[in-house]
Amino acid sequence: MEDTGTVVAFWALAIITIGSAFMVAAVRNLIHAVVFLVLSFLGVAGLYITLSADFVGVVQILIYSGAIAILVIFAIVLTPQAGRDNAETSMRLPAVVLSGLVATMLGYASIDTNWSISDRPGFEETASAIGVALLDKYILPFEIAAALMLVAMLGAIIIVRDEGTEGAAED
Amino acid sequence: MPILAKWYDFRDLGNAIGALQDQILDWGAPDWVPYVVSGIIGVVGILLWLLVSQIIFIWIERRVIGLMHNRIGPNRVGPMGLLQGVADAIKLLLKEAITPRATDTILFWAAPIAIFIPAMVVFAVIPFGEGMVLSDLDVGVLFFVAIGSINTIAVFAAGWSSNNKFALIGAMRQIAMLISYELVQVFAILGVVIMVGSMRMVDFVEWQSGNDVWMFAIQPLALVAFIIAGLVEVNRSPADISEAESELIAGFHTEYSGIKFGFFYAAEYFATFALCGVIVTLFMGGWTLWGLEEWVPGFLIFLTKLYAVFFIFIWARGTLPRLRIDQLMAFSWKFLLELMFVNILVVGLETLIWREGGYDAATVLPIFAAINWVLAIGLAIFWARMLGHGTASSAGKRATLTQELGAIYYEGAGTPGA
Repeated sequence: MEDTGTVVAFWALAIITIGSAFMVAAVRNLIHAVVFLVLSFLGVAGLYITLSADFVGVVQILIYSGAIAILVIFAIVLTPQAGRDNAETSMRLPAVVLSGLVATMLGYASIDTNWSISDRPGFEETASAIGVALLDKYILPFEIAAALMLVAMLGAIIIVRDEGTEGAAED
Repeated sequence: MPILAKWYDFRDLGNAIGALQDQILDWGAPDWVPYVVSGIIGVVGILLWLLVSQIIFIWIERRVIGLMHNRIGPNRVGPMGLLQGVADAIKLLLKEAITPRATDTILFWAAPIAIFIPAMVVFAVIPFGEGMVLSDLDVGVLFFVAIGSINTIAVFAAGWSSNNKFALIGAMRQIAMLISYELVQVFAILGVVIMVGSMRMVDFVEWQSGNDVWMFAIQPLALVAFIIAGLVEVNRSPADISEAESELIAGFHTEYSGIKFGFFYAAEYFATFALCGVIVTLFMGGWTLWGLEEWVPGFLIFLTKLYAVFFIFIWARGTLPRLRIDQLMAFSWKFLLELMFVNILVVGLETLIWREGGYDAATVLPIFAAINWVLAIGLAIFWARMLGHGTASSAGKRATLTQELGAIYYEGAGTPGA
């Protein structure tokens, strides 16, 4: 964090991330909210890259800006009542209180923590280091996560699939 | 090839930049100035190359497709119509950029810019020659995929903000296509990454020149899948169903005119050039050509290969009919993806045998190539048969849509749905 470029990049990305995250809640139009959400994800990816975690940064772009945003878009497009408007809701006050509490807690934790600076130099190639760690030390959590995803996918297919239409989809 | 030869040694354009950097440092400028200067030169150079290539290839594409269609093509502007691209560009610049009243104005203006930026950023990781890559990222090829996935949002923003049903249908189709084929593309790349053992773009070229073989000779299935998935990703015919003129007017950019349409058009071209660049780097040896790079500048070899691959795309556009959306989806999920799973399994096994056994590359790679070619052809035929395609029937068959709807029924032509 010592050279000028990193500091400028950090503050610019922080303003983009937090500003667009605020706009997600502030704008009335739901599609605009999604676009701001994507901008916020991209800002977070930029922050990862300033931390030399380029693999995590690129994956953040791929998964969050690419896939998750599409999922949100599908959710909005398929919701008939929400339409285009981020309508009034009675949950506004509780939401503000809850998010304020979470922000306070995170802020307090990050100020209170004693951030130690390691002497170890950064990884030359983060991708291969992450790959080795995932398939060596953390193989069991990795496989469990994969199995969990598979189960979730199968569950979704079974819920969506209609009982009566078996075999009718094929020609 | 020495990285810092004389500046006029144009085999590597990095030499001139390196000399310039030294010169700037000699003047006593701070450390960061040479990097900023060379970065700006690189960006401007790539952008100029892209614009010139695009203007030339507009003409080449239209002429070649004209020849394939047995017609003449543009031949009025300049000698043999060579200035057609320039005329098109001037027309796009001067035309009125209409903003319809019912549009979502901010998104409507943001979408062309949002689609243009990723199409250009991708070129940062493409190695044009030895030492001629703007940013040699550790995760280069993943970066290409990630940046490509941002396109989806821009296309959706364009389709939604137009407030036009054709535009929205086109945008939703584009999203469906991108989601389906992104998987295929990633798995095709994964096969190459497993064998090379790196995601850095330069490493792919060095692996191929070190082993004296192009990757597509070893993994033909991955190349075919990558080309097909790429065709869909850049939205070119025969997979341009999100802007299918015959059904959707112009798909997601129906409401765009003038320079705003020009941005979409240019972004599509740039994305295609980037895709060709990645194909050349991953599968066709990049800037090397078995020693010829000692004599000819590497970037010229790279560009020649890139244009040759681009010609395949023009060829596909000129000859193949456009697919239907359901055919395209089924092809991805039921056909290509499964073949890619098998490809990864086989390539992973081969790489494991190679690494663990410590065999010589010259003995092992021909065997792998033979296995993979047989497997590729056999699997494609077998899987197509299993899905009920690939066998020619002399009896003739009703079109699927007619079978399902049973709507068009001609007397004496048999019962519908038979």
